[in-house]
Amino acid sequence: DRLKFTNCPTMIVMVGLPARGKTYISKKLTRYLNWIGVPTQVFNLGQYRREVVQTYKNYEFFRPDNEEAMKIRRSCASNALKDIANYFTKEQGQVAVFDATNTTRERRGAIISFAKEKGYKVFFIESVCDDPEIIEANIMQVKLSSPDYENYDKEEALVDFLKRIDCYKMSYVPLDEEKDRHLSFIKIFNVGSRYLVNRVQDHIQSRIVYYLMNIHVTPRSIYLSRHGESELNLLGRIGGDTGLSSQGQKYAKALAEFIRGQSIKDLKVWTSHMKRTIQTAEALGVPYEQWKALNEIDAGVCEEMTYEEIQATHPEEFALRDQDKYRYRYPKGESYEDLVHRLEPVIMELERQENVLVICHQAVMRCLLAYFLDKSADDLPYLKCPLHTVLKLTPLAYGCKVESFYLNIQAVNTHRDRPTNVNVARKPEEALQTVPEHL
Amino acid sequence: MNATEDSTEQSGNSLTRELTQNPLKKIWVPSSTNGLPDRHISQRKVCMTNCPTLIVTVGLPARGKTYISKKLTRYLNWIDVPTKEFNVGQYRRECVKIYKSFEFFRPDNEEGLKIRKQCALAALNDVRQFLTDEGGQVAVFDATNTTRERRETILRFAEQNGFKVFFVESVCEDPDVIAENIVQVKLGSPDYTHCNTEEAVADFMKRIKCYENSYQPLDEELDRDLSFIKIIDVGRRYLVNRVQDHIQSRIVYYLMNIHITPRSIYLCRHGESDLNIKGRIGGDSGLSARGKEFAKSLGQFIQSQNIHDLKVWTSQMKRTIQTAEAVGVPYEQWKALNEIDAGVCEELTYEEIQQRYPLEFALRDQDKYRYRYPKGESYEDLVQRLEPVIMELERQENVLVICHQAVMRCLLAYFLDKTAEELPYLKCPLHTVLKLTPMAYGCKVESVCLNVDAVNTHRDRPSNIDVSRLPEEALLTVPDHH
Repeated sequence: DRLKFTNCPTMIVMVGLPARGKTYISKKLTRYLNWIGVPTQVFNLGQYRREVVQTYKNYEFFRPDNEEAMKIRRSCASNALKDIANYFTKEQGQVAVFDATNTTRERRGAIISFAKEKGYKVFFIESVCDDPEIIEANIMQVKLSSPDYENYDKEEALVDFLKRIDCYKMSYVPLDEEKDRHLSFIKIFNVGSRYLVNRVQDHIQSRIVYYLMNIHVTPRSIYLSRHGESELNLLGRIGGDTGLSSQGQKYAKALAEFIRGQSIKDLKVWTSHMKRTIQTAEALGVPYEQWKALNEIDAGVCEEMTYEEIQATHPEEFALRDQDKYRYRYPKGESYEDLVHRLEPVIMELERQENVLVICHQAVMRCLLAYFLDKSADDLPYLKCPLHTVLKLTPLAYGCKVESFYLNIQAVNTHRDRPTNVNVARKPEEALQTVPEHL
Repeated sequence: MNATEDSTEQSGNSLTRELTQNPLKKIWVPSSTNGLPDRHISQRKVCMTNCPTLIVTVGLPARGKTYISKKLTRYLNWIDVPTKEFNVGQYRRECVKIYKSFEFFRPDNEEGLKIRKQCALAALNDVRQFLTDEGGQVAVFDATNTTRERRETILRFAEQNGFKVFFVESVCEDPDVIAENIVQVKLGSPDYTHCNTEEAVADFMKRIKCYENSYQPLDEELDRDLSFIKIIDVGRRYLVNRVQDHIQSRIVYYLMNIHITPRSIYLCRHGESDLNIKGRIGGDSGLSARGKEFAKSLGQFIQSQNIHDLKVWTSQMKRTIQTAEAVGVPYEQWKALNEIDAGVCEELTYEEIQQRYPLEFALRDQDKYRYRYPKGESYEDLVQRLEPVIMELERQENVLVICHQAVMRCLLAYFLDKTAEELPYLKCPLHTVLKLTPMAYGCKVESVCLNVDAVNTHRDRPSNIDVSRLPEEALLTVPDHH
């Protein structure tokens, strides 16, 4: 039984004029909630509209006096709400993010009635921004490449989109401190310089508020790398707390050179408490911070064993792990699920920071990567994080650009794929089929 | 392994430095050849800020400023951020020995204003000393600070000394809340020892009036360059402006999670376990016969308390879950509530630990809070692991937490504001429930022993903690067991 985040489904309702970051927030928040184990899905009204109105002509569709279009848009909203109800009742969803402008009190009233009838909690997230530079940058980053503007050139698209925004401005009624004092919401001003938070009802809303208050849009990069090859890596043994092999030491030096070459402004370097990450950081010659939370997954009774030894001494455990590698917990050890929980404060601090290099471990790096690249719990434990390779993650539009740098220092392979036979009754050879080579 | 380099070499050309593991905390540090402290690395501590922070409360009297100051200070110290509160009212009481009446606070009372300004400056001076000379990281300046002028003075002071400033304003117009505040904490103030309740309330209301005319609340527009949180109506609404760094972000999160709804927190350990009887630490055994009896009694006790909407939390270890089962209500398992991991010493008796790891045993007695078991945890690690539990306890109302000795010590230390030195020696015997009820500025504790016998598992610090001590000296304080 995990910590229950809330006892009934929650609808997060975005509010704001176009190009205020609603979809950016929706997607990022959804990614975070799914990563911490809260099944969440985005319902983007624009997508529903694009399915109905196959080709977008121009901003006139959004004119408030366009009856025909209004009918279509209302019907799309209604369908989205139906899908949300379905997501909660049939698909075990816990949070639905309704990503639309929702700029009128009338529309919000309809959503609140719907939620009340079904027994869902409602939490509004409003993004308010008057800075024309930010708005234009948004438009350039994500609107111009929208399916709506496939056949437009850049300038025309910008002009049309600005007219689209104007269509909403007349009828926009922002959430009000007084009039909406009974609603639960957060109002984000100017990309986070100020927040107004009203009536947080429960744990999940509190976590959402905390998360939203820690994210920023300042350009930066996050570098993820494992420690250099260790002595136990060479022997094919998992866990432990050994030092670097000679190849590992070469990698540490190569990493230092690579980092210098990147000319990164104000780089923070983080390691775990384990010798191998610290030795790797030492070669950089810059201050670094040790985080216990970045320690490798605790393999409990299997610490320092080879896979062959695990198969010999704990064949059933070995099979169970292959059956559900995310949830499987080593006896007296941890699971990937535990790891994610332990890494949550690291992710929160990574969101607050700017340029960071995280020197960590295979399982840990898989968890962090899964967060940034929105990988499912099923994919996470099999993400490829080879030794001596740096991943550079740069936020871009609604996601993350990944650049992989192999620093050309030989290392053993520590990646064990899921074997075909995960049955407890399998033969040792079948279990050990995918074990990478070692001394 | 590369040889240890000469520490005078340029770090850019350094070979990999030799690492040694600090024997107490099991932290890997580069070994210094010349004994100079190494500033190259840092431990992940909560407060990641590069300069001290001055938290400044703002608000009329009886708005909960001191309540917030004390609670926040308690929380920050527990998560290892050295914090201290400076209450200007206390400085005033030291200066003006006897409080006569509200007239002291009249805005036209020149003499009064002079004294109050002096007190504020004296407090700021002590703040400066704490943050600059005494290793303090956060100072909470608890006063009304209701005028822009006063806040300007503080901002200049902070700028001169290189402190960051974060304002915490409490705004409340609900007369019931204000009246309750006055009854809870003002009537018992040294100012009103010689007054009866009616006189005290009347005087205090007039005192509040003295501030009202000159009160300039923090303003969204005028103060848009300041960092602050405005708490409206005891947490109904918050306005948060320009959070600058990690510690301010944590402070905001904490303030947004606390509430003042009356409730009680019940803390107890699992019932006596099979390993307890054998004097062995850690492990994951089941309850002994007496432990099962305790679980039943606990169920009866909880029933008799008639607690509204009680939540029950356990760890993921068998013995707490078995205990909860007998209470007969739904419960939630938290891995974070698991007992401290004793690493290589798991399931050993103290006698065995002394025999196999005499050095470790001594180090633990030298600094029980920071000592980390080899391949295990320290109390310090435990506190970090328990922080989300504390945060959720703050959000909740009535909760029963069934946990373990070291875990219970950490939680208790948070509620009762115990230091890192006291924490590992707090007495948390088996089969005893502690009922904690927030009261005024602190916590009322009621201890209920459920009258089911159990072994004693409390080992006091022995007199000789030297590594060279004799086994008998080490084992002097070990409680009896089979």
